[in-house]
Amino acid sequence: MTTKSKLGGLLLAVMAIAAIALHAQTQTSAATASQAPNPATTVGNNATIAATPAAIRQSGEDPVAVGRGAESYASAGCASCHGATAKGTNVGPDLVRSPLVEDDKKGELIGPVLSAPHPTGGQKINLTEQQISDIAAWLRVQVYGAAMRDTYSYLDIVVGDPQKGEAFFNGPGKCNTCHSVTGDLAGVGSKYQPPQLQGLWISGGANARFGRGRGRGLLTANGGLLADTTPPEITNSTVTVTVTLADGQKFTGIPVSIDDFHVAFRDMSGAYHSFDRINGYPKVEVHNPLQPHWELLKNLTDDEMHNVTAYLVTLK
Amino acid sequence: MKTRELALGLVLVFAPAAILAQGVTDSMLLHPPANSWPTHHGDYSARRYSSLKLINDTNVQDLSLDWESRVTGGTPAEEPANPRGNNVRVAGSPLLVNGMLYFTANDNAWGMDARTGRIMWHWYRESTGPEPVTSNKGMGMYGNWLYFITRDNNLVSIDATTGAQRWIVPVADPRQYYFSTMAPIVIKNHVIVGTGGDSLDLSGFVQAHDPETGEIQWTHYNTPREGEPGFDTWPNEYAAAHGGGGAWVQGAYDPGLNLYYYGTANPNPVYAPQSRKGADLFTSSIIAINPDTGKMAWYYQASPHDTHDWDAACDTVLIDGTIDGKPRKLLAQASRNGYFFVLDRTNGKKVVAVPFVDTLNWSKGLDSRGEPIPNPEKEPSLGGSLAWPNAGSATNWPPPSFSPETGLFYVGTGEGYAVFYLTDTDEHPEGYAGIESSLGEGPGSIKALDYKTGKIVWRHDWPAGGDAVGLLSTAGNLLFAGNESDLVAFNARNGKILWHAGLLASPNAPMTFMLDGKQHILVFGGDTAYNFVLNVPAPKATAVKK
Repeated sequence: MTTKSKLGGLLLAVMAIAAIALHAQTQTSAATASQAPNPATTVGNNATIAATPAAIRQSGEDPVAVGRGAESYASAGCASCHGATAKGTNVGPDLVRSPLVEDDKKGELIGPVLSAPHPTGGQKINLTEQQISDIAAWLRVQVYGAAMRDTYSYLDIVVGDPQKGEAFFNGPGKCNTCHSVTGDLAGVGSKYQPPQLQGLWISGGANARFGRGRGRGLLTANGGLLADTTPPEITNSTVTVTVTLADGQKFTGIPVSIDDFHVAFRDMSGAYHSFDRINGYPKVEVHNPLQPHWELLKNLTDDEMHNVTAYLVTLK
Repeated sequence: MKTRELALGLVLVFAPAAILAQGVTDSMLLHPPANSWPTHHGDYSARRYSSLKLINDTNVQDLSLDWESRVTGGTPAEEPANPRGNNVRVAGSPLLVNGMLYFTANDNAWGMDARTGRIMWHWYRESTGPEPVTSNKGMGMYGNWLYFITRDNNLVSIDATTGAQRWIVPVADPRQYYFSTMAPIVIKNHVIVGTGGDSLDLSGFVQAHDPETGEIQWTHYNTPREGEPGFDTWPNEYAAAHGGGGAWVQGAYDPGLNLYYYGTANPNPVYAPQSRKGADLFTSSIIAINPDTGKMAWYYQASPHDTHDWDAACDTVLIDGTIDGKPRKLLAQASRNGYFFVLDRTNGKKVVAVPFVDTLNWSKGLDSRGEPIPNPEKEPSLGGSLAWPNAGSATNWPPPSFSPETGLFYVGTGEGYAVFYLTDTDEHPEGYAGIESSLGEGPGSIKALDYKTGKIVWRHDWPAGGDAVGLLSTAGNLLFAGNESDLVAFNARNGKILWHAGLLASPNAPMTFMLDGKQHILVFGGDTAYNFVLNVPAPKATAVKK
């Protein structure tokens, strides 16, 4: 929610105003839901959760039309029955889970509904074709925003106690045995958003899996591939491998792929090697500096996680 | 039944005998001959076990390639399966009937000569709808007709000889975010398919269709409506009617009990619990239904009130076993939530329920029904809840295997964790309503479990991790499995690796069959079929005296 665009903020404001303004309006009649009625409670209680700016962007709808649609949805009084985010109320059906809305392209399906006395037996709502089209665009964004999880936004995830987090960091968590809040973690609270920061600190920031990939070469401008022979960059989270041949020859490098039958790696000079694995040779030892994170997480409580995150957030 | 019997009778009178000899019959489905693989799992038990043993633990090292054959889709249908191939991934097992292989990828179906790898026909139709492509599991067959479901929920019947489409009938509305993956199962005169969807809170269901016309015979929703059993586990009908519980995999059938078994998917909204307080039956459950009526006989809920996307839509494997010296009709499932379940398949009563992963942290034990008790503290929350396994899960839809020879249940597993966040605190959340942040994927293994106890008899930890993989076990004391791009043969009793072959992409679940006196091991890696046999020298040339 911290990254909401101005447009998203405007939408929320419009919806909130609409919800408040329309709450007092007289309800005419209960509309019929396409399936079982949604027993949503009061109008406006869901005003805080709506499609995100990412939903508007990714849905492909015209953001200007969507903005106008939000205004028309509000001014026409739609929210009084269907709710500020169109999820429905006890008097109006859910429009997000509505097949009619899901199938509408330019208002051609919801238009006739809106043009007729609506709800049935009620007053005719005077809307221009443009307004109907805009409302349809706004509704499709609500559908898209509910359905497509890559458009979701985190809420405020900082729920822990920073003092307890600091105590855990320097105590039972043993975080300070490898990390320093004035060293490698200095300023992490400014560098990352809290959800990203929480994910980074618990995982150590890397995924220790490496498959049998086709190599990690360098693409050329014409689509070719150059073998990567640059010396690998070793950080404090880099997984390394030691490979010892039957004759005692030993290599250290970063794994390219390891399975039961082969091992492939690039040594510290950047040179690539691969060996068959036969009868236990070569010996392959993987060193994962993030193993302590893995072990910590098996017993980490959610409170401890939240507290440490709350503490790290303060490291501005 | 009567109509079909009459129709069959007419066919018997008028059709040439050669045509009748071709298709799949009830008898073949009940007792598949060695030269067939007429259902997605080879037979109704879903054991993925073959009694063939020409290829066995003494000669598997000589297994070699007979042919490989690559298919090309109508249009790009999946993420690239391998850099050298196209975008097709054949994820389900083919059928093998009368020397022909029949298989699907999204929007595509093929018929292929199993002796040569020659593509005989190719069917293509582009799906519509907003849902992304997934893994289509394959086909069912009856007579000379093939059945499969498209991503956008159309059941298709095509002629197995020519690939010509006979009919296509809608099963669910893709605009509502329904999508489909399941290989249909043919039981008597019912073609049973399932569907569901997580994005916009649907009601998953299975549905029986007439094999001749495609007409709907019955529909069984996996969540109840008011007045039906299980309704009291939902706060209201709106929640239940939008409560999820899709059907993704084929399931199994016991002809003696006349029960069809399958696992249901997780409830909806996926990660938000507040609008569906209660157990949310019959989501994340193992269900037995009468295939003639669609009526439920019993259920067992693997994840009551799931909030982690741990569906129970993994395969349900039928085991005729012995518990405490008594013969028992059992059903086993390694579930996405990390539990291994063995049930009495006559009544759904728990026999075994134990974790098969090392790191499970969400359960507070078993309740009086023998079902896991979820820890509410591990539900998705504003600040995040750290749960093992992650939503990718301890295992998944790639099918496990059970060998009656070894008494071992084989499953591909992974260990991993995720932080589950609630992103919609509304009283009526919609969609997933949360974010799963999967951060760690650790060890991955093949595990061999004693079905009587769930104890791990052997395990093979892959050097670079692994996940759920499709399996095949045989009477030759072999277990075939995939890891990364390798197809690997294990000694089924002790887990020792005996053979492997590097493919171009991750293998699907292998299958085996006899053709012309040879046993074949057939596997797909992405878009390419690989057919392995014990190659023997060609007949010697006859010397010609001059």
